[in-house]
Amino acid sequence: MKFLPLLWANLTRHKRRTVLTVASVALALFLFASLRTVVTTIARNAAAGSAQRLVVQNATGLVFPLPLSYANRLATVSGVTGVSYANWFGGRYGDGKRFFANFAVDPATYLDLYPELQLPPDQREAFLHEKTSAIVGQRLLEVFGWRLGQDVTLQGTIFPGDWTLTIRGVYTPANRSIGDDMLLFHHDYLDERIGRAGIVGWYILRIANADAAPQIAKTVDDQYRSSSSPTKTGTEKAFQAGFATMWGNVSLLMNTIGMAVVFAILLVTANAMMMSARERTKEVAVLKTVGFSDGRLFGLVMLETGIITLAGAAAGLGGAKLLYRATNFNAAGFLPGFDVSVATLVLGTSIAFLLMFASGLVPAMRAARLPVVQGLRTVE
Amino acid sequence: MMHIPILYNVRSVLQRPVSTALTALGVALVVTVFIGMLALADGFRAALVRTGSDHNVLVLRRGADSELSSGLERETTDILTAEPQVAKGSDGRPLASPEVYVIVPLAQNGDTMALKNVVARGVSDQVWTVRANLRIEQGKRPESGHAEVCLGKNLVGRFEHTAVGESLHFGGRDWTVVCHFSAGGSAFESEIWGENEQFMPVFRGNVFQSLTLRLSDPAAFEDVKRAWEGDRRVTVDVHRESDFYMEQSELLGRILRILAWLITSIMAVGAVFGAVNTMYAAVASRAPEIGVLLTLGFRPRSVLLSFLVESAFIALVGGIVGSLLALPVNGIVTSTTNWASFSEIAFSFRITPGLLLSGVLFAVVMGVIGGFFPAWRAARMPVVQALR
Repeated sequence: MKFLPLLWANLTRHKRRTVLTVASVALALFLFASLRTVVTTIARNAAAGSAQRLVVQNATGLVFPLPLSYANRLATVSGVTGVSYANWFGGRYGDGKRFFANFAVDPATYLDLYPELQLPPDQREAFLHEKTSAIVGQRLLEVFGWRLGQDVTLQGTIFPGDWTLTIRGVYTPANRSIGDDMLLFHHDYLDERIGRAGIVGWYILRIANADAAPQIAKTVDDQYRSSSSPTKTGTEKAFQAGFATMWGNVSLLMNTIGMAVVFAILLVTANAMMMSARERTKEVAVLKTVGFSDGRLFGLVMLETGIITLAGAAAGLGGAKLLYRATNFNAAGFLPGFDVSVATLVLGTSIAFLLMFASGLVPAMRAARLPVVQGLRTVE
Repeated sequence: MMHIPILYNVRSVLQRPVSTALTALGVALVVTVFIGMLALADGFRAALVRTGSDHNVLVLRRGADSELSSGLERETTDILTAEPQVAKGSDGRPLASPEVYVIVPLAQNGDTMALKNVVARGVSDQVWTVRANLRIEQGKRPESGHAEVCLGKNLVGRFEHTAVGESLHFGGRDWTVVCHFSAGGSAFESEIWGENEQFMPVFRGNVFQSLTLRLSDPAAFEDVKRAWEGDRRVTVDVHRESDFYMEQSELLGRILRILAWLITSIMAVGAVFGAVNTMYAAVASRAPEIGVLLTLGFRPRSVLLSFLVESAFIALVGGIVGSLLALPVNGIVTSTTNWASFSEIAFSFRITPGLLLSGVLFAVVMGVIGGFFPAWRAARMPVVQALR
């Protein structure tokens, strides 16, 4: 404790240098936290799908439909406790620049299977009872400046024409991995408008026991193997994970850049510490003369480096956490639930410690090992 | 004439090798990331831009924003193919390719559980003339009436059963791989091509997704567009093929560019702080030398410039090192999803001389910004105080 004034004096000796070094550490860790959070968000969303829901799709590919007639038979498969279905609509709003997911769903069963979509009971009733109504996520409402009860018109890309829907409900997702910018409307209405009944995009099954998933998936697929539309059934978890792989090598890219950033800043801090140490050679010799031990001097330099890197870490990591929280950032709907995780904060803090050792070690050792006579002889 | 003691500065840099090297290396890493990320964005863009040709028009159903969401009746494609503006081949037949466009899941090599969505395109036998830059790399073209496919070269080796002679299973049946083709680095190189009449019954029935036509006069595009979109017999949107693919690359291309600039600017600020520290220390430790320079008659302006040059020089070294570090990523093939079609598209990092140059320039700018205030201080130093 009694060395605090000395530490403080050292830190404030070149105020500008200290501030700049702290700031560059802060920037680096801010960037690190941001990049890392992209990776963790993708990974978390990939794993977020429920293991108690199965997705049944056409074996030929994502865009091929399945007959609605499968619904009744799917419900009778042992272990299945609920069946719903949905269809990708692919509508656009306004200039079409803001992409958002919109599905036609079977309302009652869909909301039943997805309790995560939380909706006030009166809005739920209103949605269920009006064929041309829709529910939207809270964020979507804000993005487009819609309000409850408003008629909004989507342009269909797969199903051409203008589709006017009345917003009767606004849901909030109970699980952060579920997008809060979807739009759901009645499958019946889609069928009615296009005059094509009996076709759905995919089925969702709820199963009582997650362990039975592989067995149930096999039963379903076997059942339709020789039909005109064979199915491919998997857990929703695997389905989501499939979407996550569509990001390609994003994780590798983000991690590589993150490392480059950290390494670049290591150079900056190491350089700053070495410059400080060089300038203080004489002082160190004086301190040794008045009785400071080698170990104590080593510790002082390390502590000084540590204060700089940890202050930077606190600013950078804290800044990232608060900024993304405050702005409710989600990369235009691509990364729902974007939030700097505790693990990332811990990792960032460990990096700050690593920076402290890596950049403080050489100057600290030099200070500790400095022969007094030589130190005093040094001329600037 | 203004004298700048450049040699003095360059020698001074060499006097402090460690500090200089650390600063330069910091700049180098920023430049590496800068070049690497822009090379990624450029590569993606290049793949999609090259996909389209100015001479061709792409016809989709009205309102469809991608081939995936489009559908054209056979009647429509017949009417448009017979139009007089369509170029004729040497055999007198119109150069047109009505196409079936579907996405099929394929098993990736090494991990059969990981399915990726790949575009399967049913084309007419005219396609090899309609689209330029196509080259059969291996094997021979699929024969009409056979269950044969030709694979874009980016698929080869990345998925199972892609060698010539092997058979690939999708759409509920087996297809013999008879050739591999290249398409000038375009997105077609990530597609499976077969005959449209073969794909039709297997997938979506008697409907095409798109129609690609070669125009006899590319300059007449606007007239053709107006005429066909106004034609009561068909409900279509007419796009210039090159514009269409350019638009498809826009969203992701823009995201990648914004990301590149955002990340590198933040990194650059950190690196500039490093340069500022280094240069201030340099100025402080060389106060007597600066005093001498001023006494010798160098103008403060010259001293300012000389320190700017010193800082820019360090950054320049960093920039060159950074460019060299980035070079190895050139040509590395990576893949992402083309969100416009939900399919896999492979492309390669693309480093151009222009990109390297902008990387080096970026470094020099960092150096000049980082060196300005320290240089300013050096120039304003009172001679007497500096010499003391």
